[in-house]
Amino acid sequence: MITLEHYIVLSTILFAIGMYGVVVRKNLLMLFFSTEIMLNAVNIALAAISNHYGDLTGQMFAFFIIAIAASEVAIGLGLLIIWYKRHGSIDLETLQSMKG
Amino acid sequence: MFETIAFYTFSFLTILAFAITVTTKNVLYAMSSLAGGMIIISGMFFLLNADFLGVVQIIVYTGAVIALYAFAMIFFDSTKDIVETKTGKTFFILTVLSSVMLVLILTIPMASGQVEALYPIHEGVGNAQDVGMVLFTKYLVPFEVAAVMLLVAMIGGIIMAGKKMDKNLTEIKENEE
Repeated sequence: MITLEHYIVLSTILFAIGMYGVVVRKNLLMLFFSTEIMLNAVNIALAAISNHYGDLTGQMFAFFIIAIAASEVAIGLGLLIIWYKRHGSIDLETLQSMKG
Repeated sequence: MFETIAFYTFSFLTILAFAITVTTKNVLYAMSSLAGGMIIISGMFFLLNADFLGVVQIIVYTGAVIALYAFAMIFFDSTKDIVETKTGKTFFILTVLSSVMLVLILTIPMASGQVEALYPIHEGVGNAQDVGMVLFTKYLVPFEVAAVMLLVAMIGGIIMAGKKMDKNLTEIKENEE
């Protein structure tokens, strides 16, 4: 029998994978991929809680998260293309301009 | 029984696909496994009786977002490797601990049982119809705001990606200075 806890644990594992990608990777495109993974993990948790309580609010929030993710990708990739045209690299280290 | 088998199969495949995404060096492999993981997650939504969400997941994530990444990769030199300097167990343990803490903080209030259904799921009504009823009554204003946000994002994406597409921006910057 699959309970709410199973889905929450799965969501935690996926969130940890996405967070690991955000912390470790140097490729800016990989940072976008990891962000998508984290958003998907949250969507699974919201849908599971929505199913558990028989309430549609969790699914509504998941829809708005999907809409926000789509617009985030459009704007972020536009910025990334400009950055690549100016600097010729999508390495995260090139973003450091203050040398702190 | 089938639910148990489906849950474990889907979760194993999802974790595998996303682990490949964050660990592989090749950007193309990462994108392909991300697309696969997104499709398998939609199966998870079908298991959770959220049919409409599963369909939206396939259409929006795999159809729109991954296609957008694929077209954006035309602009980048994805064959050039970026040297990864931060590796090791410390980051892994730290991220696992912090994400477990974050998920616990956010879900324990919801999972503790002090929740009453605000918009209950109706018996004998399809999920898409149910979602439509709530979305176009209680969530109409957020829905319209999301539509405006998507329009703004589309215009911003077109302007930023299409600006002086035929010229090299590095040369323009040097000439200006």
